[in-house]
Amino acid sequence: MTEFFISLGMDATWAFFVASLAGVLLIALPLMLAVAMVIYVDRKVWAAINLRRGPNVVGPFGLLQSFADGLKVFLQETIIPSASNKGIFLLAPIITFTVALLAWAVIPFDAGVVLADINVGLLYILAISSLSVYGVTMAGWASNSKYPFFSAMRAAAQMISYEVSIGFILVCVVLYAGTFNLSDIVEAQRGHGLGFINGYYFNLLLFPMWVMFFISSLAETQRVPFDLTEAESELVAGYQTEYSSMAFALFWLGEYANILLMCALNTLLFFGGWLPPVDWAPLYWVPGIIWFLLKTFFFFFMFSWVMATVPRYRYDQLMRLGWKVFLPISLLFVFLISGWLMITRYGGVA
Amino acid sequence: MTVFAFYLFAALMIASGAFTIFARNPVHSVLWLILAFFNAAGLMIIVGAEFLAMLLVVVYVGAVAVLFLFVVMMLNIDFAEMRAGIMKNAPLGVAIAVILLAELVLGIGAYRAGALDLGTPDGSAAPLVGESNIESIGALLYSKYLFLFETAGIILLVAMIGAIVLTHRGTSNPRGQQDIAKQNARRPEDATRNVRPEIGQGVEL
Repeated sequence: MTEFFISLGMDATWAFFVASLAGVLLIALPLMLAVAMVIYVDRKVWAAINLRRGPNVVGPFGLLQSFADGLKVFLQETIIPSASNKGIFLLAPIITFTVALLAWAVIPFDAGVVLADINVGLLYILAISSLSVYGVTMAGWASNSKYPFFSAMRAAAQMISYEVSIGFILVCVVLYAGTFNLSDIVEAQRGHGLGFINGYYFNLLLFPMWVMFFISSLAETQRVPFDLTEAESELVAGYQTEYSSMAFALFWLGEYANILLMCALNTLLFFGGWLPPVDWAPLYWVPGIIWFLLKTFFFFFMFSWVMATVPRYRYDQLMRLGWKVFLPISLLFVFLISGWLMITRYGGVA
Repeated sequence: MTVFAFYLFAALMIASGAFTIFARNPVHSVLWLILAFFNAAGLMIIVGAEFLAMLLVVVYVGAVAVLFLFVVMMLNIDFAEMRAGIMKNAPLGVAIAVILLAELVLGIGAYRAGALDLGTPDGSAAPLVGESNIESIGALLYSKYLFLFETAGIILLVAMIGAIVLTHRGTSNPRGQQDIAKQNARRPEDATRNVRPEIGQGVEL
């Protein structure tokens, strides 16, 4: 895009600046629209599984429900508890929302369609996703209230625990792809399974990693069955208890942007990103971004499906799953995969 | 552009470092420290060490600082008591500060005097064009510095085993031990019984 602005007669620095700004807007605005729509989809899927109708009043089929909700919270009064730590109380939702948007900078939507094509892309995602814990922790502490504080403690412990195994799972993918660049990881999946299936999920060594990555991404985004930070039967609404109006809406938007990010990561790392499912020429006539969005949406449907069907974990079970099950298994698979690649790809035992 | 970014990150880093010390609330201190880590990562990206910058954020901001924050929040520090204790520990603090300052002055002085043979910067440490950070670090770490790398690994292993030994309660202690397999194998039939007692009879347990 920089070239386009240079061709308009700007000098290189300005063109880069304007192109980046345009790229940011081109990602952030559709993302916000997508978040509004997936909240609707989430509620519809949940309702359908519960044999209810779900939102069906505002607009055709209730499609405008999220916008009505957004308008409602926008018009509400922002209440700041007098005992709270005001600066941090207001900073927390802003951080949650900003961090949720930041990670999208390195997500490739199609071949070459990426804001920042950096060669430490996956590490950048890991770094940014480890930041999202701060929004929750700061909100819980600054509220100066009992239940938000419990929720903040739970969130901090939970996200650190699952990040460890996510780190090892990413190492497995990186070992196979031989790169940290997300676009190159997608390209490495071309024809990976039996020579014609695009994606790592067909690999017997990587399929268990994908299952664990999916469960860990549920835990990382604090979705059911791991939503102990906002378990309403124990903690009212968790860290959001004292929030109202736009501050609350920012948490909401950030949460769903994070969920979409995790769905996109599932797509990129294991299901071939923008590549069609099978390496067959007619399928390449469909633009790559369509495949990417379809796959991401499929994973979002799975998130909703899990939310409607699985009961919440107990906190000790959550910790046990993270540390005693996922961590040893992912470590074992790092070992197995490096051994396998050493024998098959890098020429034997040396 | 780079110069502007450098001064921005450097100034913010020094400012947040200062606020880390001057903040009255320990939680604010930790948050300023996190901002300082961030700006350090920014400086590393400017010099082309993007891998180290990402690791700094992942390890220090994502894990170490979260634990700091965790502990500081849980402690619920009494500010009045802390200020009263400041005079008691002041001599020790001043002594440490003086020693650190002396070390800094000595170190920089020795380097300036040219007494240390640290080598002159010849550009060989600059990032290679066409090779990513990760590849260069990997190539060095697993060849030239393999022994040091493994030593670091063993030190970490010892620390890990130490932490486990300190917190492990042993299987002889019946309290707090869960047998997960036993819990999972438990079925409703094992724990419940369906009875229809006669009126006024009650149930034998």
